[in-house]
Amino acid sequence: MNKPARGSLLGIEHLDAKEILGLLKLARRMNPLKARPLLRGKRIALLFYEASTRTRSSFEFAAKSLGAMTTLVQSSGSSIEKGESLLDTGYTLRAVGADAIVIRHPSAGAPHLMAQHLDIPIINAGDGMHEHPSQALLDAFTILKHKKSLKGLQATIIGDILHSRVARSACHLLTKLGVKITLCGPPEFVPEVAATLAPGLRITRQIEEGLRGTDVVMLLRVQKERLAGQKIRVQDYIARYQMTAARLKLAKRDAIVMHPGPIIRGLELTAEIADGPQSVIVEEVHNGVPTRMAILARALGKAK
Amino acid sequence: MTAKSQRETSASLLIKGGQLIDPAAKINAPMDVLLRDGRVAEVALPNKVRGSADEKFDARGLIVAPGFIDLHVHLREPGQSYKETIASGTAAAAAGGFTSVCTMPNTAPVVDTAEWVTWLRSPERGAVVNVFPIGAATRGSRGQTLSDFAALQRAGAIAVTDDGKPILDDDIMRMALRLGAELNFPVVQHAEDTRLTENCSMHEGATSFRLGLRAMPGAAEAGIVDRDVTLAQQIRESRLHVAHLSTSNALKSVRRGKRAKARVTCEVTPHHFTLLDENVGEYDTNFKMNPPLRSAGDREAILVALADGTVDAIATDHAPHALHEKQVEFERAAFGITGLETALALAITKLHREHKIPLTRIVELFTAGPARVFDLRGRGSLARGNFADVTIFDPRKRWTFEAAKSLSLSRNTPFDGWQFTGKVVATIVGGKIVHRTD
Repeated sequence: MNKPARGSLLGIEHLDAKEILGLLKLARRMNPLKARPLLRGKRIALLFYEASTRTRSSFEFAAKSLGAMTTLVQSSGSSIEKGESLLDTGYTLRAVGADAIVIRHPSAGAPHLMAQHLDIPIINAGDGMHEHPSQALLDAFTILKHKKSLKGLQATIIGDILHSRVARSACHLLTKLGVKITLCGPPEFVPEVAATLAPGLRITRQIEEGLRGTDVVMLLRVQKERLAGQKIRVQDYIARYQMTAARLKLAKRDAIVMHPGPIIRGLELTAEIADGPQSVIVEEVHNGVPTRMAILARALGKAK
Repeated sequence: MTAKSQRETSASLLIKGGQLIDPAAKINAPMDVLLRDGRVAEVALPNKVRGSADEKFDARGLIVAPGFIDLHVHLREPGQSYKETIASGTAAAAAGGFTSVCTMPNTAPVVDTAEWVTWLRSPERGAVVNVFPIGAATRGSRGQTLSDFAALQRAGAIAVTDDGKPILDDDIMRMALRLGAELNFPVVQHAEDTRLTENCSMHEGATSFRLGLRAMPGAAEAGIVDRDVTLAQQIRESRLHVAHLSTSNALKSVRRGKRAKARVTCEVTPHHFTLLDENVGEYDTNFKMNPPLRSAGDREAILVALADGTVDAIATDHAPHALHEKQVEFERAAFGITGLETALALAITKLHREHKIPLTRIVELFTAGPARVFDLRGRGSLARGNFADVTIFDPRKRWTFEAAKSLSLSRNTPFDGWQFTGKVVATIVGGKIVHRTD
C-alpha cells in the first residue's frame, strides 16, 4: 500500500484549512466560459459506478474547459459487468493513458483503495455514505458568493445525515473554516454519534430550534425507500422537518437555502422554498464547474 | 515410514533446565520433563529425572508449558485450499506454539457428516499438529435441521457449530443444546443476530460513522448470547461455548450463566484484546473481521474478564483469505484475519507486559482452559501419562513479525511489522519436535 499520489482528493477530513482555502481561491479564478488550456493533452477518466447527473457532467465540462480529454466509464457497458475488479479497472485506465481518475462509487473507501495502488491522482466524486468532497467545496464556494467569510457563520444541516456523504464532507469543511454547525433530524437520521464527526457539532431534534438565527440552511434529500425501513413515517417527517416559508422566517433574514440535489419537492422542502429568493440550489450546480476545474488543475499540478 | 521418522517417534526426549508452568497441576517451578513413546514419562525437580533419554532439549531461560490448544481455526479444507490447507495451517499452528487445533466446519462443502470428519482426521491431510474437527450443528449450516450429532461425535468431532453463521432460530438452538446435553457434546455459537447486521462491515460507533460504513451494533452479539445462556440455564447438562466473544454485554450474560452453574464457556481472540474499531483507519481490510473490532469499553471489559477467570480460553479465529479477497472495497472484502503465529506474542506483549496478567494465567488460557472447554482428555496438562504435547517459549525474546515469512498460505494479518516480546522456541507434538526456532 502506498500514499495517495499528489493532487488526489479523497475527502475533506484530512485536508487542512489552508488547503481548502487554496482550492476555493483557485476556483474563483476559474471561468468555464473562458477556456484556459491548462490541462491540454491530459487525459481524465470519469469512472462512475453510480448514477449521477450534476457531478458527472460538471466534472466533464470542467475537464474540457481546461483543455483535457475525458473518457466516461460506467459499470454497465464496460468490463465491470464482466466481473473486473475495481483495482483491475484502475490499472486498465492507467494503462490506456489516464493522467487522473475521477471516481464515483457506492462503496465507502473505494477511492482510497484506488489511491493506495495507483500512482496517478484519484479524485473522489462520492463514495458510498462516506464523503463527497467536491460538493462540500462548491457549497463553500457558493456560501462565499453570499457571505464575506465563513468564519463565525452558523449553518444548519437538516435531514438524513447518517446516509449522507454530502453531510459528512460539509461538516468537515465548514468546521475547519470556523462555521458553527447544528445537525437536525430524527434519531434514525441523526444518531447521537454524529456529533463525534467534527469538533463542536450540535444536534437538535427540533427544526425550529435548529433554524433560529442561522445563516445557512442545508437540506438533504430524504429517500423514501430509507424511510420505509425506519420507524418514522413520511408524513411525520414532513410535519416535523420539511422546510417551509414559515419555518425559514426563524433563520436570519439573509439566510441562504442550499440542497445538493436532486430535490424532492413536497418532501424535504416546499416548491416555494426551492424556487424562493433565498434558495441558491441552482447556483450550487452552476458553481460545480469552476470548483471542479480547480480540483482538476490542482490534481494535475497546474494550480498556478 | 522412513528410518529417521521411526527413530523420532519412538525416541525419548528430556526437556532440561526450564521453568515449567502447568496451571492444571498448579506447578510454576523449575522442573525437568521426560517424554517417552508419545507420553509424559516423568516430571521431576531439576536433575532428578530417573529415566534415560535419547535426546535432550536445553530449556534454560525458557518456559516449558503443556501444548497450546486453539479452539477456533479455519483451515479451509475441504474445498478452499487456495486460502489454506490442513498441512499449511497446522505448520503455522506449530510455529505459533499450538499442538492442537479445533477446525471450523464452514468449508466447501460444510463438514456436516461423519465421513468429512474422518476425512479431516486422515493422515493424508499432512497435519503436523493434532486436528480436532468441529462438526456443523445443522445440515449445511443452514440453521434448519440438526445434523447427526452422535455420528459426528463417533467419528471424532469434539463439538458442533454453524460458525460463520449463528443458530438464530430459538427452537433449533434449544434442540441443539438438548441433543448436546444427551451426548455431553458442546454447542459452539457464533453469536450474531444477523437481522441487525445485514450488509454491515464493522462495529457501530464513531469510526463507522466517520467512514460511512454500515455497522453492527454490539447488541447483535449480546442479544444472542443472552438468549443462549438463558437456554443453557434451562436445559440440564447442556454445554454452550460462546465463540470469539467481543462485547461487554455478552460477558455479563456469560457471568450470569457461570454464577448459576450452567455449563457455559467462552473464548476471546488476540485481536479483540489488542485492537479497537478505530484501528480500521482508512478502510484497511486486514482489520475487517467478524465479530468486528469493538469499542474501548468492550476491550476493557474483555481484559478484566481475561484476568478474573471469566474467559476460558484464548482462541485465534485464524481465518486465512487470498489477496484478491482482501484487496477490494472494504464492504466487499472477506471477513477474517490469520492469527496462529501471533497469538502468544500478543498475549505476552499485551496481556502480560502491558496489563500485568501473570504468565501462569496466560498459559492457562492456552492450555488447561481450552482443554476443559471441549474435554480434550490427556491434554492441557503435563501430568504423567498425558500426551507428550509441549510448548516451549521465551517470554523475553524481542522479535518482529513479518507476514511475508508466515507459514500460512495467506497474508491477511493486521500485525505485519509489529514488534513483540515473547516467542515460541519449540513445539512438541506426541514427543516429536514439529517446530523449532533458534
